[in-house]
Amino acid sequence: MSSLFSQDVPLYWYLLLSAILFALGVLGFLIKRNLITVFMSIELMLNAVNLSFVTFAHQWQYCDAAVQGCLVAQAHAVKGQIFVFFVMMVAAAEAAVGLAIIIAVFRARATLAVDRIDLMKL
Amino acid sequence: MTAIFPLWLIPLLPFAGFLINGLLGRRLPKAFVTAVALLAPLGSFVALLGNAFGMFGDMPMLGIPHAETFGTWINIGTLHVDFSFVLDQLSLVMLLVITGVGFLIHIYSVGYMAHDEGYARYFSYLNLFLFFMTTLVLAGNALLMFVGWEGVGLASYLLIGFWFNKPSAAEAGKKAFIVNRIGDVGFLIAMFFLLANFGTLTFSEIATKLGQDPGWTGGVVTVIALCMLLGATGKSAQLPLYIWLPDAMEGPTPVSALIHAATMVTAGVYMIARNHVLFDHSPFALGTVAVIGAATALFAATIGLVQNDIKRVLAYSTISQLGYMFLGCGVAAYSAAIFHLMTHAFFKALLFLAAGSVIHAIGGEQDMRKMGGLRKKLPITFYTMTAGVIAIAGIFPFAGFFSKDAILYAAFQQGNGGKALWFVGLLTALLTAFYMFRLWYLTFFGESRSPDVHPHESPWSMLGPLVILALLSVAGGWIGIERFAAFLAPAVGPRAVDPGTGNLELILSIVAVAVALIGWYIAHAFYSQKTERPAELAVALPSGYKLLANKYYVDEIYNATIVKPLLATSTYFLGWVVDKAIIGGLAWLLGGIAIFAGALLQRWQSGNIRSYAAWLAAGAAAVLLFVVVPWSLVLASIGIHLNWAGH
Repeated sequence: MSSLFSQDVPLYWYLLLSAILFALGVLGFLIKRNLITVFMSIELMLNAVNLSFVTFAHQWQYCDAAVQGCLVAQAHAVKGQIFVFFVMMVAAAEAAVGLAIIIAVFRARATLAVDRIDLMKL
Repeated sequence: MTAIFPLWLIPLLPFAGFLINGLLGRRLPKAFVTAVALLAPLGSFVALLGNAFGMFGDMPMLGIPHAETFGTWINIGTLHVDFSFVLDQLSLVMLLVITGVGFLIHIYSVGYMAHDEGYARYFSYLNLFLFFMTTLVLAGNALLMFVGWEGVGLASYLLIGFWFNKPSAAEAGKKAFIVNRIGDVGFLIAMFFLLANFGTLTFSEIATKLGQDPGWTGGVVTVIALCMLLGATGKSAQLPLYIWLPDAMEGPTPVSALIHAATMVTAGVYMIARNHVLFDHSPFALGTVAVIGAATALFAATIGLVQNDIKRVLAYSTISQLGYMFLGCGVAAYSAAIFHLMTHAFFKALLFLAAGSVIHAIGGEQDMRKMGGLRKKLPITFYTMTAGVIAIAGIFPFAGFFSKDAILYAAFQQGNGGKALWFVGLLTALLTAFYMFRLWYLTFFGESRSPDVHPHESPWSMLGPLVILALLSVAGGWIGIERFAAFLAPAVGPRAVDPGTGNLELILSIVAVAVALIGWYIAHAFYSQKTERPAELAVALPSGYKLLANKYYVDEIYNATIVKPLLATSTYFLGWVVDKAIIGGLAWLLGGIAIFAGALLQRWQSGNIRSYAAWLAAGAAAVLLFVVVPWSLVLASIGIHLNWAGH
């Protein structure tokens, strides 16, 4: 047990899961045409990032005190969890605003197809 | 009246008048505008008189020259220029003429410009002119003089183009300004040379340094003097830069009297007299001044013979008389030149104002061929103008006789070619008498050639100055050149004439008067007795008449040799090649690159959110790739070793 991190579940498993979720979110954003699905893909990406945050926070919190740097890591571990709350709060706000925008767009254009909402075109 | 006034009061009073009338004049009642406009030069005149008595009275309170410094203008390294004014005999005479005659012309203008829309604007310009002119004369160094020099040029430009709705007036203003620029370049170069060689621009210091070292002759002093002369020829309308003055007659007539006859155009003469020490050290430059003066005097007088516009006759006579002053300076008779400057200011201002009175009386007509018979209708104008005509013709005992005689006498005594200069001056005197009496006969005698015009004598605001100037034109010369020269001697040096030739002076005077009388007689014969003779002569000598009537084609020659090539160079080379092709091409190139790049890049802005997101993801992936992949190892594996900071 000379590693900085506890070895219950290896760190890279968590990170791999997070990366897969994030990639799925990106993929969904790129290929889905329904605005609501796109929106959900964004949520997926945010939560993938959240997963990385809590992973590191958890791993650092239970590190081996004998390893150099562990005390500093423990002192900072809580910041990862705090950041997750920030992201969740922003996501909640974004959900409220985003859904309102989606409803407004639907009312105005009677469609939720992303490719047809192209007012920003030159 | 022995009160002492600070010297800054003299220019600043007119400047205050300029500010008040220039900024508020349109909203002020006319009487107030008039009061401000008149009090400014009067105040300057009174302040000047106070100082004059303080300098030359029974109990002098001021030293001579009286210098005042108000502060440092420039102080960089060895270059030190002060705001300094100097009042000595020379500037005192000049200022008395400027503010005195200037005040009379202001009064005259009240009547002449009474019905003009730009009444307040006119007087603000006139006051501005006095501000700059007094600055020019009072300046204790060349740079401050240059400020006044440029300023009077500005005022002249504004007043020539006063009726700017008239295209010819606007053109004449521009012509005067641009031609003067050429002379100003000479003045500037002279100042640079002064700084380089004497390290100072202060007149008194230059004179001291020149006096200490007798080695200063020829060479650089000649160059400086000739550059100054170029400046003087521009401002004082001498060959080859005289061409702007006849056109300057487009301005209101009192302006012609004040600026283009009595004061501003004499600035060149004043500048030479002020820097006479420089000219004294360069016989060549002095000779050039004399030759230019004599040539201009004769040249302008011949053109004046055939002009029909009353103001243009006077303009050419002004150029001719300024030539006399240059001739006087050129034979080192500075006091005679300044004497003629003073009497000329009296009689030429008078002649212009009287001509203005005539023009005013017959409704703006300036062509003498349409005048005639005005003697009975305009008696006061007639008598005052007669005084001016006799004075300029140089007939004893009027003012012009004394001053012109002093110049001719000094020229006659000059060694090298002095007799030739004297003869040219005498010939000019003959022509002057002829064309002035021609003007006199054409305007006032015979039958009216425009019977349906009903002339009326001018108001007293115009006639009053005429009467005063007529008295000065009669009596202005009685002080005599001896006393005048003795007064000026501390400022411009003693009168350099051979004292042992008293009879010669008398003989020359008699010759000069006789010549003037001959000129009068010829004019009488031509324009009073047999009025068909001038036309016959013009037919008999067609080429000579055409040459004179077209003013020697100087304007045309300048047009062809200077203006047109300059215009062509500006249009084709500077305009088309440099501006349009090079500068414009560069601008178009830069713009074209932006447009081309924009045309390419705008395809990215498709409006498709998913395409944006794809580019964003690709960009993020690229950054990630750059950060994560150990590029130095990858490159090392294919044989490229990056060398960071000396490793």
